[in-house]
Amino acid sequence: MRTVRVAGVGMTEFGERPSVTGRALFSEAVSRAFADTSIPREDVEAVHYGNFMGELAEHQGHQGPLMAEAAGVTAPATRYESACASGGVAVKTAVDQIRHGDADVVLAGGAERMNNLGTAGATDALSIAADDLWEVKVGMTFPGAYALMTRAYLDEFGGTREDLAHVAVKNHEHALPNDHAHFQRQIDVDDVIEAPTVSDPIGLYEASPITDGAAVVLLVSDEYASKNGVQAGVRVSGSGQGSDNIALHDRESLVRTPATRRAGQRALSHAEIDREDVDLVEVHDCFTIAEVLALEGLGFYDTGEAISAAVGGETWMDGELPVNLSGGLKAKGHPVGATGASQIVEMTRLLRGDHPRSDAVSAATTGITHNAGGTVASAVVHVLEYDP
Amino acid sequence: MKRNSTNSGYDEFLDGVEAGSATYLRCDCGRGALPPRDVCPDCGSGELAEESLPQTGTVETHTTTHVSSPSFQRDTPYTVLIVDLGPLRLSGQLQDAENISIGDEVSVDVVSRGDDEDRILVFRPAD
Repeated sequence: MRTVRVAGVGMTEFGERPSVTGRALFSEAVSRAFADTSIPREDVEAVHYGNFMGELAEHQGHQGPLMAEAAGVTAPATRYESACASGGVAVKTAVDQIRHGDADVVLAGGAERMNNLGTAGATDALSIAADDLWEVKVGMTFPGAYALMTRAYLDEFGGTREDLAHVAVKNHEHALPNDHAHFQRQIDVDDVIEAPTVSDPIGLYEASPITDGAAVVLLVSDEYASKNGVQAGVRVSGSGQGSDNIALHDRESLVRTPATRRAGQRALSHAEIDREDVDLVEVHDCFTIAEVLALEGLGFYDTGEAISAAVGGETWMDGELPVNLSGGLKAKGHPVGATGASQIVEMTRLLRGDHPRSDAVSAATTGITHNAGGTVASAVVHVLEYDP
Repeated sequence: MKRNSTNSGYDEFLDGVEAGSATYLRCDCGRGALPPRDVCPDCGSGELAEESLPQTGTVETHTTTHVSSPSFQRDTPYTVLIVDLGPLRLSGQLQDAENISIGDEVSVDVVSRGDDEDRILVFRPAD
C-alpha cells in the first residue's frame, strides 16, 4: 500500500450562480487546484468526478469525459453518484487507486449546479436520493426525511430545537472569514427558531442551502511527490465507506447511522489511529440533526449525547473537538456532488495553515472528514494527517 | 405528475392495501420486506414467504411539509408519517386528521390523487 498525498486543492466560491454551467464550475475549481501545486496537467492519469443530479439540472449524463475536457486533461474519467456522498466516493476511488499502485497522479472532485432549477425543482431533484417507490411517492422531501429523524431523535433522547439551532449558529460563525462560503453572515438562535418552516421541525436556517459550486483535489503518491519536488504536507492516511438501507423506514433505527459507523471504523483502522488522536472534524451537516448523528456515528459521542455538543461549546472552534470550521454544509453551502471533495479541500487548508480558521487549530495534525448520502444510506470518511 | 404507469410488485402491494388484504415478504431471519423483492435485504436469502400484513400500526415519527416538489405543491402543508406495522415500517401521508402524535394508532389505506397522479399510501387515525 502506497502513501497518498494531497498536492493541490481548489474550489469555487459556493453560492447562487444559476447561469453558470456545471462544466464551467468544474473548470474553475480545477484551475484553482493546479494553481495550488506545480504538477503539470499532462501528468494526471485519471479523473474521478462526483455529481448527483446533472441529468436533471442540465440534461447531462456521461459527465466523466465532459469534465475531463473541462479540466484540460486527457485521461480515463468517471462520474460517481452516491447522492450527497458522490464527491466523497470520487475522492475515495482516487485515493484507493494511488494506494494500490495503479496511478501516481489523480484528479478527484465534484460539481453541482442546482439553482437553475428553482426551489421546487431543486427540492424535486434532491428527493431522488430517497426511495422513489416507498418515500418520494408519498411526498417525502429531503428536509422531510431529516425532519422525521429529528423528531424521532428528540423524542427518544430528549433535547430541544434550540439545542439543534446552536449547530447552525456555530457553523455560521465559523464561516465568517471563509470567502468561499455560501453565507458569511452571523445568525442567532432566535433567527433559527423563527425562520419559515420547511418541514417541521426543520426550518429554513436548520437546512443547508441550495448551492452551486465545484471542488477539486490533486492527489499524488509519495514517490511522485519526492521525485518531482512537489510540496504535499497533507496525506490521506485512511479511507472508509459504509452503506445502509436506502429507505429511512427500513433502517434498524431511525436515529442511528451505521453507514457512518462502518465508514469511520474502516478509515480509522486504515490510518492506524484512535478517535482520541483526531484534532478536528468536518462532518456532513446537511441539516442540524445530521451533525449530531454524524458525531455519534463516528463515536465521538455516545448515542443521544451529541445533541448538547454545540450548545455546550465543545464543537466550536475553541472547543475540545472543533467541528465544521469551514462553516459545514450549512454555511459553506452544499453543491451536492462537490461537497465531499470540498471537505478535503477545507481540511487540507486547515491542517496546512492556510485556511482563515487555521489559527484556531494551529497545533492540529489529524483531521477527519465525513460525507453522507441521502439519510445516510451511504457514507465516506477520510483521515487526513499533516507532516509539517 | 404520473411518472411511472406500472411498477410490478409495488402496484400489487397497493392493490392489496386497498382491498384490506395487504401482504409482505417474510424472511426466516425475521426481516419483513416489501415487493418487488427476490432476496431478503438483510441476509440475502431467497426464501421469502408471503404473509398477511397488519393494516394498523403505531406512529413512530411525523413531519408536516410546507415546501414540496411541484407534484405535491397543491397539497401543502401535508404530513408524512413513518408507522410501525409490526413486521415492518411504512411511510405514508396523514389523511382525515389535522394532528398526529408519536404513539398514535393508525390504519393504512391507499387514495387516488386524480387521473394524472400516482395513488399514494396514507394513514388514518384508527378508531
